[in-house]
Amino acid sequence: MKKTFKMQNLDCANCAAKMEQAIQKIPGVISANISFMTQKLTLEYDESKEAEILAEAKKACQKVDRACSIL
Amino acid sequence: MSRAQKRKLGQIALAAGIFVAGLLMPEGYVQLVLFFAAYLLVGFGVLKEALSNIFRGQVFDENFLMSIATIGAFAIGEYPEGVFVMLFAQLGEFFEHYAVNRSRASITEMMNIQPESANVYRQGELITVEPEEVEVGEIILVAPGEKVPLDGVIIEGASSLDTKALTGEAMPRAVYEGDEVVSGCINQNGSLKIRVSKVYSDSTVAKILELVENAASQKAPTERFITRFARYYTPAVVISALALAFVPPIFVGFEHFSEWFRRALIFLVISCPCALVISVPLGFFSGIGAAAKEGIMIKGSNYLEVLAKCRTAVFDKTGTLSQGEFAIEQILPQKGDEAELLELAAWAECYSSHPLAEAIRKEYGQNIDSNIISENEELPGLGVKTVAKGKTIYAGNIKLMHSLNLNPEELAATAVYLAADGEYLGVISFNDALKSEAKEAIKLLESLGVKDSAVLSGDKKAVAVQAAEELGIKRVYSELMPADKVEIFAELKKEYEQKGSIIYTGDGINDAPVLALADCGIAMGAMGSDAAVEAADIVIMDDDIRKIPLAVALAKRTAFIVRSNIVFALGVKGVFLILTAFGISNMWEAVFADVGVSVIAIANSMRLLNIKKLKDKIINPN
Repeated sequence: MKKTFKMQNLDCANCAAKMEQAIQKIPGVISANISFMTQKLTLEYDESKEAEILAEAKKACQKVDRACSIL
Repeated sequence: MSRAQKRKLGQIALAAGIFVAGLLMPEGYVQLVLFFAAYLLVGFGVLKEALSNIFRGQVFDENFLMSIATIGAFAIGEYPEGVFVMLFAQLGEFFEHYAVNRSRASITEMMNIQPESANVYRQGELITVEPEEVEVGEIILVAPGEKVPLDGVIIEGASSLDTKALTGEAMPRAVYEGDEVVSGCINQNGSLKIRVSKVYSDSTVAKILELVENAASQKAPTERFITRFARYYTPAVVISALALAFVPPIFVGFEHFSEWFRRALIFLVISCPCALVISVPLGFFSGIGAAAKEGIMIKGSNYLEVLAKCRTAVFDKTGTLSQGEFAIEQILPQKGDEAELLELAAWAECYSSHPLAEAIRKEYGQNIDSNIISENEELPGLGVKTVAKGKTIYAGNIKLMHSLNLNPEELAATAVYLAADGEYLGVISFNDALKSEAKEAIKLLESLGVKDSAVLSGDKKAVAVQAAEELGIKRVYSELMPADKVEIFAELKKEYEQKGSIIYTGDGINDAPVLALADCGIAMGAMGSDAAVEAADIVIMDDDIRKIPLAVALAKRTAFIVRSNIVFALGVKGVFLILTAFGISNMWEAVFADVGVSVIAIANSMRLLNIKKLKDKIINPN
């Protein structure tokens, strides 16, 4: 399933790239794409693991930039 | 500028003031205190962030690198350098945010087309509801100054509509009873009663918003390259810095360690890739934003790169190169005068909804008294048979004539043949006029390096060939069914793909498979046609075909600016790293090499937002 999430306080392009890379490594994620300019995360993932994946993705983003969050 | 931004700028200015005051002081404690105050004022956030990042295992983060570089500078006694590095880096970051926010705002501006509410008549009362709650067939009222919330047909009133937000076209469009209107336009002067023809989620405005919101979700290869590059760049520079600090002293002795250490710190100052990484998506985004303002919706920055490399353009004819509306070209009566033949034709076609019938009635221009028509029958695949004023009139194609045992000469053009009471009367021929800008657009494309073009048409051979000749297009494929178009396009693609990318432009109704097959599919005149919006990679909102060369020119400019930014930024950084390794640089210069370069690159990218010059060259050359 493919879904787009809005991100908040995504302030640096390099951070966005790091987050994208980290999210891609989460098990169950088929593809992840962060658009720095539109502040959006497009995630294609295994629906059955939705909750875990989202929690992991949030953690991954905050590891790179504390202020950044996925809405 | 937001309040937080203003505060930040104030902070930087204050710190700069204290720093300058410090520079003017004689060396001593007072000076040191001033330097330190300036440093903390502007760098406290960075230090704090760096510390907390280390605990979260983020080492090569720009806060950390900046902190190490500046603290290191203090350690070897280069106080002003340390303060300056921090100050300038913060200024650079401020500028970065400002630029990013500005270009984000330009896209958000596009979102202003979203209607907030709709006024709908229910049980004789006018009530205000969300656009999503209105159903097909309901009647809405749009007052002057309001946005049209849903697509529909005007049943009462006339006005002019401002379509600028959708098409980039500044001229308002006059609309009258019976006209179709699309959501997102602003009603300027008259009240309109509109019968809704699409629910909100299918309406033009919802489709466009979806398109705008998802713009830039597909990244260009250059964008991917630069993020991949950044992943290796920072660790590589940091490791080199460590090597530079410790390896040479092992060989030449540690008495000059502070010099090597200084060089290593300079490496750290220029090791942040963030600014370089920002200028690339910013460039593409600015390109997409500028295009959107002109009514050219681009679905991702990858299509900008494809378009920049465009070498071959293939067009659908009807509705793309031509107006898609038939007009009478010639009336050729066998005997008698033209007006008479036209009148008979108008009678014959009085009930038909065929586009040719509409063109005939439009040309005739008079109301037809239905009392004179005593019989009317559609003859599928042939034409119509109508009895009017006692005359039995047949109007239709050449096959209809043959079925009546009449053998008139067949015209090359699209035509309606007429016979009455067993006698051939004459023929009316039609043409679908080419758009007045089409020829110019093809020429402009050629001047932009789109060397080959071709036309795919469902029309008769003679009609298609004539149109292509008029436009200066050499390759023409005619009498094609939709499936043939796919096949021929696939062949063209094979033939030309070595030379560059191949684009296809259609009006989207039956072109979807070809649009999908092209490197970049462009749909024209998408206001109202959602099939096009979905199948195409680039959507041109209005019918102006010159938007295609405009899009190509913009794409080329975007690609050029992005590439020059990369070459410039990497070049300066590379040269600087070499100079530093040999000790021919200082920290002041390092900051310029890092922050200065990124500011220039960002400013360069921002230039893309302003496309007035480009537009003047293509759309309004005078």
